[in-house]
Amino acid sequence: MSEMITVNNLHKSFGKNEVLKGIDMKVKEQEVVCVIGPSGSGKSTLLRCLNLLEEVTSGDVFIEGDNLTGKNVNINEVRTRVGMVFQHFNLFPHMTVMENITIGPMKIKKVSKEQARKEAIPILRKVGLEEKADVYPESLSGGQKQRVAIARSLAMNPKIMLFDEPTSALDPELVGDVLEVMKDLGKEGMTMVVVTHEMGFAREMGDRVIFMDEGVIMEEDIPENLFGNPQHERTREFLSKVL
Amino acid sequence: MEAIMESHYIRVLPFLFEGLVWTLIITGVGLFFGFILGAIFGMGRLSKNKLVYGISSIYVEALRGTPILAQILFIYFGLPDLLGFNIDKISASIIAISLNAGAYIAEIVRGAVYSIDKGQSEAGRSIGLTRSQTMRYIIWPQAFKRMIPPLGNQFVISLKDTSLFSVIAVGELLYMGQQYYGTTFAAFEALTMVCLLYLAITVPTALYLRKVERRLDV
Repeated sequence: MSEMITVNNLHKSFGKNEVLKGIDMKVKEQEVVCVIGPSGSGKSTLLRCLNLLEEVTSGDVFIEGDNLTGKNVNINEVRTRVGMVFQHFNLFPHMTVMENITIGPMKIKKVSKEQARKEAIPILRKVGLEEKADVYPESLSGGQKQRVAIARSLAMNPKIMLFDEPTSALDPELVGDVLEVMKDLGKEGMTMVVVTHEMGFAREMGDRVIFMDEGVIMEEDIPENLFGNPQHERTREFLSKVL
Repeated sequence: MEAIMESHYIRVLPFLFEGLVWTLIITGVGLFFGFILGAIFGMGRLSKNKLVYGISSIYVEALRGTPILAQILFIYFGLPDLLGFNIDKISASIIAISLNAGAYIAEIVRGAVYSIDKGQSEAGRSIGLTRSQTMRYIIWPQAFKRMIPPLGNQFVISLKDTSLFSVIAVGELLYMGQQYYGTTFAAFEALTMVCLLYLAITVPTALYLRKVERRLDV
């Protein structure tokens, strides 16, 4: 299987504060990689560097072989291949659910409105919100909003999905529906990088789990090993607090 | 009845209506161009480009930091000295309102755009929209809603500011009132009616704005 994401010696600083201190990672096609770690460890920043929402200070990020830090990259085109789901959903409040989903295909891929709406219906069905097509986001629950956000990304037909703590802002009873949708995606073979505090999800769905601390990858392994037999003191300490 | 019809309160009205028309034209056209200027320089104030930001800031600070009375005299008497041709009174008034309101509207635009959560533009960019598409389809529609109340407020301010153009003898509302009592000496009656006509525009506007504000609030 080919490399979907390759990160070489990635550094990221905010002013004098170095948040990422040399990250190397690879994600293969159809792989689900979960990133865990204490807050402030740089995991969200790492994720945001993968579609250049954060400018990279030094190092390289390759998406399907395209070097994002290179001069000739069309970042807008790359982003159509890399979906992103945010902690706070970031739905467009002035658009209906359907409009949220179809704006990307219509404005970027120049698909007609009719065609975009037609293609949106199976995606809405997939996230279980077919009947909500014409409502505005404000009338949805958090879990529903997040599923619309996932649908909005999927409408661009991405090769990779990035999830930035997708369930952290949800009421506990709404987390399950969102995780179900993510599990379905993973099972369908979507390449996913998931920053999460849901250890159950990481254990069940992760092909690999990365533990980050203070801007470096401390440890990475298959979930059984990382959760069952962590090698680093810091990993053990973190897991003992969250499990 | 005849006494009322013959009173200065009524006889001044035809003059004042003529003035009011000019007041509304100057305000309306001025704010139209003022909004264009405000949108351009307001976005300039949000630019990361230092030159664009610098020019926009100089414009905003210069126009907000000087009295509009000085601005109109500068445009009507000062600029022709430099340019070598005259500017007619109405054009000078419209230019003054445009430039002056433009500076305040730039701050309204800047504030409204800045107030939209950063996650909105991140979400737009992350699905692949360009910077300008994100501005046009995601940020601007949301920001524009928030601009409506302060823009209405600016309308009221600019409308009142046009009265200052009486110093260059523009036939706006206040000037027409002055003309009337200049010949009839009925200053109390004329100025009462002038003020009532300003209020006839500003009060309903303010009330309407409060309604709009409440509706946008939900």
